[in-house]
Amino acid sequence: MATSNGIKIAIVGGGLAGLAAAMKIAEAGHEVDLLSVVPVKRSHSVCAQGGINGAVNTKGEGDSPWKHFDDTVYGGDFLANQPPVKAMCEMAPAIIYLFDRMGVPFSRTTEGLLDFRRFGGTLHHRTAFAGASTGQQLLYALDEQVRRYEVQGKVKKYEGWEMMSLIMDDHQVCRGLVAMDLKTLELRAFKADAVIMATGGPGLIFGKSTNSMVCTGSAVSACYQQGARYANGEFIQVHPTSIPGEDKLRLMSESARGEGGRVWVPRAKGDVRSPGSIPEQERWYFLEEKYPAYGNLVPRDIATREIFQVCLDGFGIGGQNQVYLDLTHIPAETLDRKLGAILEIYEMFVGDDPRHVPMRIFPGVHYSMGGLWVDFDQRTNIPGLLAAGECDYSIHGANRLGANSLVSCVYGGFVAAPAAIEYAKNVERNGADGSRLYEQELQRQQEINDTLVKQSGTENQYLIHDEMGKWMTDNVTVVRYNDRLQQTDQKLLELIERYRHISINDSNLWATMALPHARQLWNMLQLARVITLGALNRNESRGAHYKPDFPNRDDENFLKTTIAEYSGEGPVFSYEAVDIGLIPPRKRDYSKGKAKETTAAAAAQPGAKQVPTDDLQQKPRDISGPAIWDQNKEKVRDVDHGQAETRREQGKSIEDAGGKSDKL
Amino acid sequence: MSAHASNASETARRTPPRTVEIKIQRRENPDAPAYWETFEIPYRPNLNIISCLMEIQKNPVTKEGKKTTPPVWNMNCLEQVCGICTMVINGKVRQSCSALIDQLEQPVTLEPMSKFPNIRDLRVDRSRMFDYLKRVHAWIEIDGSYDLGPGPRMNQDDVAERYAYSRCMTCGCCLEACPQYEGDQYIGPQAIAQVRYQNMHPTGKMTRDERLEAIMGEDGITNCGNAQNCVKVCPMSIPLTKAIYEENRETIIYGLFGWLKR
Ligand SMILES: Cc1cc2nc3c(=O)[nH]c(=O)nc-3n(C[C@H](O)[C@H](O)[C@H](O)COP(=O)(O)OP(=O)(O)OC[C@H]3O[C@@H](n4cnc5c(N)ncnc54)[C@H](O)[C@@H]3O)c2cc1C
Ligand code: SF4
Repeated sequence: MATSNGIKIAIVGGGLAGLAAAMKIAEAGHEVDLLSVVPVKRSHSVCAQGGINGAVNTKGEGDSPWKHFDDTVYGGDFLANQPPVKAMCEMAPAIIYLFDRMGVPFSRTTEGLLDFRRFGGTLHHRTAFAGASTGQQLLYALDEQVRRYEVQGKVKKYEGWEMMSLIMDDHQVCRGLVAMDLKTLELRAFKADAVIMATGGPGLIFGKSTNSMVCTGSAVSACYQQGARYANGEFIQVHPTSIPGEDKLRLMSESARGEGGRVWVPRAKGDVRSPGSIPEQERWYFLEEKYPAYGNLVPRDIATREIFQVCLDGFGIGGQNQVYLDLTHIPAETLDRKLGAILEIYEMFVGDDPRHVPMRIFPGVHYSMGGLWVDFDQRTNIPGLLAAGECDYSIHGANRLGANSLVSCVYGGFVAAPAAIEYAKNVERNGADGSRLYEQELQRQQEINDTLVKQSGTENQYLIHDEMGKWMTDNVTVVRYNDRLQQTDQKLLELIERYRHISINDSNLWATMALPHARQLWNMLQLARVITLGALNRNESRGAHYKPDFPNRDDENFLKTTIAEYSGEGPVFSYEAVDIGLIPPRKRDYSKGKAKETTAAAAAQPGAKQVPTDDLQQKPRDISGPAIWDQNKEKVRDVDHGQAETRREQGKSIEDAGGKSDKL
Repeated sequence: MSAHASNASETARRTPPRTVEIKIQRRENPDAPAYWETFEIPYRPNLNIISCLMEIQKNPVTKEGKKTTPPVWNMNCLEQVCGICTMVINGKVRQSCSALIDQLEQPVTLEPMSKFPNIRDLRVDRSRMFDYLKRVHAWIEIDGSYDLGPGPRMNQDDVAERYAYSRCMTCGCCLEACPQYEGDQYIGPQAIAQVRYQNMHPTGKMTRDERLEAIMGEDGITNCGNAQNCVKVCPMSIPLTKAIYEENRETIIYGLFGWLKR
């Protein structure tokens, strides 16, 4: 417990964002309680393969944080508030250098410098990478530093604990949280001067996704139900090529198409012949047919939509939600050389050899751009509650660019940490009265558990989860229609009703998986409504949100942030203006950008080929801004901070927190 | 692996079994005795152990038709990179997410790892592996996390070697398979490989001695019996025997000449 003058901050989640915050707070000399469902080293962040973005500009391409900023804002279809995006892009090179110093084995150039690769949505080599598993190395580097502070007694880890709720005082100020020990099911109150949420994405709401199994969004939903605002929930990124599995969807990298992979389905619906025995003229290469110029290399969102539609129309392989991604026409040696690691993943999990059998793929829910509403210091609307990482909404607008998430997680953690410290320094501690709050919340949570355990209805929690996932995937992902969104919300209401009749099918409560799942399921159902109704209300198409009935972006009516607040019944929506003061919105015009895109695609030929995206066109020719990062560091810094402090009574720059940091 | 894998799945495709039979070693809590239960689920192509467990979890009834409690296990990434779902499958320690039914002999037996305290059923407590990482100072002693510019330049070949060690996901397969690893008598290959990983780094090298001392104690590196099981079971193909060899050499030299430095 916090002593009279010591500051204690509770961090929920030990992925990149949570660990980044923990390291900063411990470094500043304060105490951290770090809670995580899984041991932090096993967090979802390990899954990231592609890399981390930062405009270090080592390739003589004239890259700059400003260009990174522009790419991110443009890629996000102008829905992100621009100041924090700019601040992130400015911090990004320093973040990469820091990881370099912490020992991440980033791939190198012949000169021994950091190597960078190209990724979707940019023309620059801006993505630092460690082999084919960058997220793993970044997470481990932070895990190692936090372990160092753990040894020093600054960080106390609670691994195998699941956060259940916030502890709120009578003035709606967050005073800590209640978490459950997943072994004993003991509930405990964690008193804290501030709480940072860093719990990652909500992929499991869609049943199967590319996310890890702890990515339920349950914790942020609990915050939402206690008064935290949830922003832009309807923006869910769906990756075009994932490997459907019985248990989850696994990502198949875009480079498979970059190296010549062809997407097709049998021309005849329900054709059950093996792919090899289907003659060429009976195959439908629908991307090549519909987009002769780009073929299989159309932008991510378009590829996703087309594959989805083809299956919706019944052309999926054997009537299922699957299409072929075919590499078999490419010599096996070439494939091994260029795509070895990726093909091994497919082989490992599917058991087929993609060198000889076409892969079966389908779009998979991948990332949530939406999340807890935060201000430019990562503070939610609840005093004492902050958020960082995939669980906050701040950086990616309507669509996230590849390799931008890892950097946003670290940035979020690095900003949240000093902001939490600053808050904790000034907050009035609640006195003797405090213990009542903790007791009350503990009791409330215990009652929910007890009710669930006693309940003996006929409904099965896992089947309800399956049903929710299916409805959400079918109707609230790639292509959205208002009538289906409405029906989905009706369905969710029905499932919420049926939830009251589930029975926990485990009579042994020791280390049971059933009770935690039941708790998560309730929260997922509530958040599913936020996503669905947010989509219903947004009558336009922007970024990942696509409505055939409203095919265009509508800045006049919808250049605004969706905000959901829990009313006790369900979400109540309001909208907030987007801060677009730095880069005026321009249209993401696919047809007009073609000439430019072709150039981009051609330019991408030699090295690792990349999938050009629509983000490639309409680059600003020359936007004045801090262009030369390296030589001009000091100057850039000064400029940044002046400009970053726009909205609200921001003000506290990052440096103040630790006292010693100049940039990070 | 590839030839073998596709052969096995070829066979399975020719005569797909109608059901999958899974025998699970169960335990109600750490103090309870272990017992076995057998489950049968309908066969589908591309099942892995996790999806079978998920299926059983929905409606836990044994093959004999007896209603029972759902088995408990650990899972997270399901891409063989978080390490959490490790268990002993048909006698071999490995991750259950990448264990495909089409490539396994039936009935499939699932047991928890035996070298770690059991929590319940297939779930074990591997926290001591993280404790070893504390002991060997498995981190780079950076001056601070503020902006101090780039790290040291490095040769890509050295980076590639370090990268191999950086992939350790603390799954514990190497410890489970090591005949010397029992209780707390030997720190084991995982931690030694992490010593190698940190000691190879130009900055890490500066605090090399602390790490060497940490593996020179009674439960240290000399307990390795050179059975070489670790390197065979490591799912990340980490050159564990090489790490042990190199660190053993370093500790010997340090043992002989280290005092000169003092
Ligand atoms: C397959 C895949 C590949 C990707 N590749 C890239 C890439 O190349 N580049 C990129 O930039 N991004 C990539 N992403 C996205 C990126 O990996 C994630 O957005 C990012 O890792 C999220 O990090 P985080 O810190 O927010 O949360 P996570 O890493 O998800 O961590 C969440 C933490 O919260 C904990 N937690 C959750 N709920 C609770 C609770 N109730 N109580 C206590 N603890 C809780 C968990 O245990 C965990 O420690 C990829 C994503 C996927 C799925
Ligand atoms: S060295 Fe290999 S087997 Fe041992 S814990 Fe690490 S990944 Fe697992």
